[in-house]
Amino acid sequence: MSVIKTENLTYTYSIGTPFEKTAVDNVNLDIDEGALVGIIGHTGSGKSTLIQHFNGLVKPTSGKIYIDGEDIWSKDVKIRDIRFKVGLVFQYPEYQIFEETVYKDIAFGPKNMGLSDDEIDRRIKETAELVGLHKDNLYKSPFELSGGQKRRVAIAGVMAMEPKVLILDEPTAGLDPKGRDKILGQIKEYHRQKKSTVLLVSHSMEDVAKFADKILVMNKAQVFCYEDTPTVFKRAEELTKIGLAVPQITRVFNRLKQSGIDIRTDVYTTEFARKTILEYLAKRGESNA
Amino acid sequence: MLKDITIGQYFPGKSVVHKLDPRFKIIITGVFIAMLFTADNFIGLGVGAVFLIISFLLSQIPFKLMLKSLKPIVPIIIFTSVLNIFFLDGVTIFKLGFLKITVEGLRTSAFMIIRIIALIMGSSLLTYTTSPITLTDAIERLLSPLKKIKLPVHELAMMMTIALRFIPTLIEETDKIMSAQKARGADMESGSLMQRAKALTPILIPLFVSAFRRAEELALAMECRCYQGGDGRTRLRQLHSTGTDYFALGISVVFLDLVILLNCMMG
Repeated sequence: MSVIKTENLTYTYSIGTPFEKTAVDNVNLDIDEGALVGIIGHTGSGKSTLIQHFNGLVKPTSGKIYIDGEDIWSKDVKIRDIRFKVGLVFQYPEYQIFEETVYKDIAFGPKNMGLSDDEIDRRIKETAELVGLHKDNLYKSPFELSGGQKRRVAIAGVMAMEPKVLILDEPTAGLDPKGRDKILGQIKEYHRQKKSTVLLVSHSMEDVAKFADKILVMNKAQVFCYEDTPTVFKRAEELTKIGLAVPQITRVFNRLKQSGIDIRTDVYTTEFARKTILEYLAKRGESNA
Repeated sequence: MLKDITIGQYFPGKSVVHKLDPRFKIIITGVFIAMLFTADNFIGLGVGAVFLIISFLLSQIPFKLMLKSLKPIVPIIIFTSVLNIFFLDGVTIFKLGFLKITVEGLRTSAFMIIRIIALIMGSSLLTYTTSPITLTDAIERLLSPLKKIKLPVHELAMMMTIALRFIPTLIEETDKIMSAQKARGADMESGSLMQRAKALTPILIPLFVSAFRRAEELALAMECRCYQGGDGRTRLRQLHSTGTDYFALGISVVFLDLVILLNCMMG
């Protein structure tokens, strides 16, 4: 069943001024429940605007959005309920932190949902552990923490709302490679535990390749493609043409193919690359023997 | 709602008005304001209005945008006109209890309304057609004689430039923080006044934190580039005045003379 569905979704900024710009252009999407989707595209390709439509922060200029089969802009839908259903973690979410303690800050969302104190407490402890925040840190001021830890606090704040759909906009921006892998791993773990739908916006192909089952590629405000990860990377050449860097390992395999070696090119993780090369070598060994 | 703020908003264009030397534009705006305040009859005010309309047509700014600049002053307009209508003595034309409307009241309030609207439109035209940076540049140049009396003109202009430069940034930041808190279910549109004031905390605190952070970063970046202030500093864009500038200034002075002349004639 699809959890997010859009019909001819279009959004235009600053209509009637010289700054007029269509950020989302006639997007038709159908995202299945429980999917782990990576969204990639250039800066200014409309990714961020698109995801802000999913929880009703931006009202489309035209077109419709259905969450769980409900048209979110119909009169009898309360937009606040949609926001509890679709959790959105913004870029650099640490800049939204405001409470005196980490505990209170994570509690902000769940409290707005009107949950009981016990339930809130359970969720805070659970998500804090999930994102790797130490118990002692819960009662510290969030402003004392390091940048990476602040980011975790902010992500936990949305996760604690246990939304049906969790959307993260560049959650790894500005982190070192180790921190990046760690946060992605934690998000994946959240997906596994909660069985919720997770959308991850990124411009790092490597991250998305490692992370997602399906990839949505945005180009110039339109959907370029929305397909399974291997299918998307088969189109490496087209992706390069629209200016998106495919993972380095995919590039290596494309070059191998170009130089006349008969090898598959839908390779996007190093592990799979190793397997493919070994298979290839084994096959060649056989034919030589 | 934040998009409605038009202070310091620049509307790019290539019209004659856009191309005028900003120093002249500031002086011309001053002359225009003088027109509005020296006029003591409707015809004189009309002359000022004609001047405004001509500049407005030349600037090619959409009329809608000009109307938008008036939005924030609607309460002031209503307030002054109500005061004038009801509290001026003269020939009464309508009476209800202690409230009375007089001919003089109506006339004065109409006069005031036109004056305020023209004033705001004229000054918005200046900011719409001049980018904030050139505007402060021009102010610095116009004020530079005051350096003689030890007024830190360059520093003041710099402060103004920075303040203007950060208005859009802060608006954007506020928008972002509001969205982020709304995404966490913050409710800013309903509840009592007290609740709404409380609901601002999640926005104001991150906003202050980020404003301080930005200020610190900017100060550091300026120091790293050995910024020293005005002395001996050259400019990337030199301001040049051309014949058109003097012509425009001339026209505005002619209009002002006309207004003064009308005052004398109408007695």
